[in-house]
Amino acid sequence: MRALGFAFSFTLTLGLCAFMIVPIGMSILAGITANYFVGPSGGLTLSWVQQVLSLYLPSIVLSLMVAFTTLGIDLAAGVPFAYVLARNTGTLSRLAEELLSLPIAIPGLAIALGLIITYGTFREFRASWLFIVVGHVLFTMPFLVRSVVAVMRSIDLPVLEESAASLGASFLQRFLGVIVPNSLGGIVAGALMVFTLSIGEFNITWMLHTPLTKTLPVGLADSYASMRLEVASAYTLVFFVVITPVLVALQRFGAVRVRGT
Amino acid sequence: MIFTNARYASSLVSTIVLSLSVTVAAVSLSTIAGFFLARSSFPGRAFLVSMLTLPLAFPGVVVGFLVIMLGGRLGIVGDITQFLFGQRVVFAYSITGLFVGYLYFSIPRAILTIMAAVETLDRSREEAARSLGAGHIAVARDVILPGLAPALVATSAICFATAMGAFGTAFTLATDLNVLPMTIYTEFTLYADVAVSAALSVVLGAVTWVALALARTVAGSTVAAAG
Repeated sequence: MRALGFAFSFTLTLGLCAFMIVPIGMSILAGITANYFVGPSGGLTLSWVQQVLSLYLPSIVLSLMVAFTTLGIDLAAGVPFAYVLARNTGTLSRLAEELLSLPIAIPGLAIALGLIITYGTFREFRASWLFIVVGHVLFTMPFLVRSVVAVMRSIDLPVLEESAASLGASFLQRFLGVIVPNSLGGIVAGALMVFTLSIGEFNITWMLHTPLTKTLPVGLADSYASMRLEVASAYTLVFFVVITPVLVALQRFGAVRVRGT
Repeated sequence: MIFTNARYASSLVSTIVLSLSVTVAAVSLSTIAGFFLARSSFPGRAFLVSMLTLPLAFPGVVVGFLVIMLGGRLGIVGDITQFLFGQRVVFAYSITGLFVGYLYFSIPRAILTIMAAVETLDRSREEAARSLGAGHIAVARDVILPGLAPALVATSAICFATAMGAFGTAFTLATDLNVLPMTIYTEFTLYADVAVSAALSVVLGAVTWVALALARTVAGSTVAAAG
């Protein structure tokens, strides 16, 4: 019975693993195959990847710019906000936390619609890539704040702060010298999550983008719709190359945090 | 008007049905795999975990493309069924493809949450139940599943909410799929009907928000941790 249970679970897990990995492998292979109809025996090539880079390099660069800017704004605003939420447990901060989690529940499409209806009339702003950054900040902020709040609540913040204050540290010194280093695990995990989400964000960006502000995933959708399979696969391959290091780092940090708490 | 118009109502119903079935499938599969991975140790276990959770936060468009790789016109499922039965099975450009895509999207997060919950389970309870003569199925039903309940509710809520709002996958697979995000998109871009698309967005947001809020009251703070 026990062996049977093991065999069943093992097979199911392996099956799931194949379900997750096989399409990724196929897509990578298709991206470097000279002709997908013929198969890998027809020869391997990097020319599809080159074609993608020459066609879509601006999109890739723009996506990195958007992701880093989003991350910067999230960190500058989100870490202090998380601190306020962690220190206060009143009704107001509960309400703020609930409001903050709304963008998780609201679909990206609706966030984008709201932004267009509210700010769409400011032409310059509407046409600039910063409009996309605003959407990404709205979407990613909850993930950063939650990750940081969780860590801040797990450490004894008041005691640490009081001992620093009794030694004469000012608020800024306490914040940068005591609070931030002690919640670094949560900040890094949250930051990696923000970066991943921003790089791959499509639902909001598709509605907000203009022909001059195409991000990587918008370009992906474009290539899926209009390019041959090899080009689409090569572009997906480029996306994997950008995103995998971040995802691997996220796994490391996530694992440390799960075990640590 | 949203609820009386047959097209909008059917799109709302089919989105909810699809999201519910994805949630049931993803959570039950992930519970078995997550429990297995958290409890057993064998060579290659860490590798399996990282393979299963790597696609976490892949964008919906990419997931859509991967579904095409599996079940599209040139997909591997087509190749295999052609070889076995002499007939290509193509499922990517339909609601089945969407189901597969959302399943793909939900499994990494569900497995992570469930593995974390399994690690916090108190094993002595299972041993106590076993020493009192409970069989494997009884232990799983009466001890393990109730212990995992908060995590299961939290994961289900997240799966349901993401499946309700997902747009990229449907967009990649076929633009005529009758799901709510797609309807919102066509209302806005094709008919430029801001009022209807905004109203539909409110309905969609309300359904997902209620799901998440319900889960939070049932499961406590675990939902926040899962998000």
